[in-house]
Amino acid sequence: MVHVSATPVLALRGVSKRFGAVQALTDVELEVHAGEVVALVGDNGAGKSTLVKTIAGVHPIDEGVIEWEGKAVSINRPHDAQSLGIATVYQDLALCDNIDVVGNLFLGRELKKRGILDEVEMERRSRELLQTLSIRIPSVRIPIASLSGGQRQTVAIARSMLGEPKLVILDEPTAALGVEQTAQVLDLVERLRERGHAVILISHNMADVKAVADKVAVLRLGRNNGVFEVKTTSQEEIISAITGATDNAVTRRAARTTGSNGEVSK
Amino acid sequence: MSAEKTSTTAQDEHAVENPEAAAAAVTAVDPRLLVQEQGLAGYLGEFKRKMKAGELGSLPVILGLIVICVVFQSLNSAFLSAENLSNITITMVGTGMISVGIVFVLLLGEIDLSVGSVSGASSAIAAVLAVNQGWPEWAAVIFAIAAGAAIGAAHGFFFAVLGAPAFAVTLAGLLFWLGFMLQTLGENGTINLDSDGFIGQLTTYHFTDVAAAYGLAAVVTALFFITSFLGNRRRESVGIPFRPLSDTLLRTVLLGVVSFAAAIMYNQYKGLPLATVIFLVFLVATDFVLRRTSYGRKVFALGGSVEASRRAGINVTAVRISVFAISGGFAAIGGLFLASKIASANQSAGTGDLLMNAIAAAVIGGTSLFGGRGRTWNALLGVLVIVSIQYGLQLESIAEPVKYMITAGVLLTTVVIDSITRKTQKTAGRA
Repeated sequence: MVHVSATPVLALRGVSKRFGAVQALTDVELEVHAGEVVALVGDNGAGKSTLVKTIAGVHPIDEGVIEWEGKAVSINRPHDAQSLGIATVYQDLALCDNIDVVGNLFLGRELKKRGILDEVEMERRSRELLQTLSIRIPSVRIPIASLSGGQRQTVAIARSMLGEPKLVILDEPTAALGVEQTAQVLDLVERLRERGHAVILISHNMADVKAVADKVAVLRLGRNNGVFEVKTTSQEEIISAITGATDNAVTRRAARTTGSNGEVSK
Repeated sequence: MSAEKTSTTAQDEHAVENPEAAAAAVTAVDPRLLVQEQGLAGYLGEFKRKMKAGELGSLPVILGLIVICVVFQSLNSAFLSAENLSNITITMVGTGMISVGIVFVLLLGEIDLSVGSVSGASSAIAAVLAVNQGWPEWAAVIFAIAAGAAIGAAHGFFFAVLGAPAFAVTLAGLLFWLGFMLQTLGENGTINLDSDGFIGQLTTYHFTDVAAAYGLAAVVTALFFITSFLGNRRRESVGIPFRPLSDTLLRTVLLGVVSFAAAIMYNQYKGLPLATVIFLVFLVATDFVLRRTSYGRKVFALGGSVEASRRAGINVTAVRISVFAISGGFAAIGGLFLASKIASANQSAGTGDLLMNAIAAAVIGGTSLFGGRGRTWNALLGVLVIVSIQYGLQLESIAEPVKYMITAGVLLTTVVIDSITRKTQKTAGRA
């Protein structure tokens, strides 16, 4: 079984974020441990993207505390998040179609030797990286344009791994992918967990969530609406937490107890 | 849903059971490099695959050059004479330099319509400084090139910082710098340059010693072989795909044949022309910058996806401004060569079909109008086509109007080829 460390890599304590008159996040709590995949789910407008952006440093938080490996930190710029070891793979992949795989992996942080691009070393490291992640693509020297959607997504994720991040945030990595390609990406997510990375996975697809996530954190209208252990929770329970269909005292109590049991079992 | 999950786990188990198979799939040799091992048939198969996928590269333009040579040679045997070929390669330098700058701008997926006027303005600046103000010619040349780069950077500022379309900004530049040039040249409208001065010699100087041309050909071929050989040795030593020695040798021989053929041709006339050597130096340098430095990688990245470049931490504004500065700088250099050819700076400099020829040369050579694809060598091939047609038609004493129409036909053909190959590449999943 996957070992889960005691101190969470990232913990959000009572995080709130307001945009003018809109309260986007209210008292949100979230914990992610090393070697753990936490799925972040919720309906459109539930605050998933806002939450991810506060972690990634795009939007600084208004209230609350972000703890990184047990210490309170302030993340005000994307650069802060990156230097902590947080890598974010956004939904639109941010790859250049005309440049080959090696070029894309090292875009913006090319390896140089006496001011000249060190293509040999970049290619060697690219192959090594793709090999450790068991990513299969025909050649590292073909342009991104000739890869399938799933292969592109795996390249985008591999790219985020170059900085050896502790936490990887994947924003809808399987949206718009076929069955086979989705499987490739989910395989990769599992490999990230095996290598001890903490993963936050945003997804609308319950099948994906059930397949790879350890915990599911549900957001509803900018608030926590329960954290569930994937193994012991049915899909219907998660969906009702997302839609709020059974938002009453019983479910709120159930959510509370599951939340507090969260770290105990495993 | 459950089926999907089963397939995931099945694949997973497969990967775990068979780690070597998975690794082999990744380390599999680059298909393009396997080609060599299959001998001639391999190259043929690779060629067919590329044609089908629409990766024509420089093939259409090389075919075009062969057709041009055959047609004009059959019309007039003077076409392939050493004198004519030597003159073509000197005349092409002015337009070719401007075209090199255009390649940079096209790589961003933008256009610079001001290069003709900027080249004229720069030659006027150089002439005024050197002749009227009595500056040493080399200082005037440096100032004129710097002025061209500054003008380009100004265009880049309006485009990159203020967000005005490059098309409109450089169109305004076209008019403004034309007016500036006419103003600078003053009432006479023509400033004659000393044909034995630095600018004059740019297109008239030849290395008359036969050793110069042969030496350059030998050095170029040797350097190509050494860098390829060492590069492949290094790739081999770290265990990534490399070209076998026979492949490198084949390429070296091809390059050697072309270089020495050119050297023999030049030596039959006046010797190796200085202008052509300078052009080649600039081509090698710009190609190196674009393909082997992180600056070049940024230019390509911007041509591929601006958003991706921004997220990768590339300073989009700075790269855009610098590319327009490069375009302006090369326009100035081209303008000086054009002024050198007629030994004067006059009111018609930078006007007429110069702008169109410079853009056409880049596109004919294989640079995509859609950004992100191209090399500065494209400028050489394209300008060779255009100037060859001009000289060929001149030998046949065909009038100017027909020249325009024929050049237009060539340009249209090229753009159509570019669009069609792009479509084919899209359907083949390579664009």
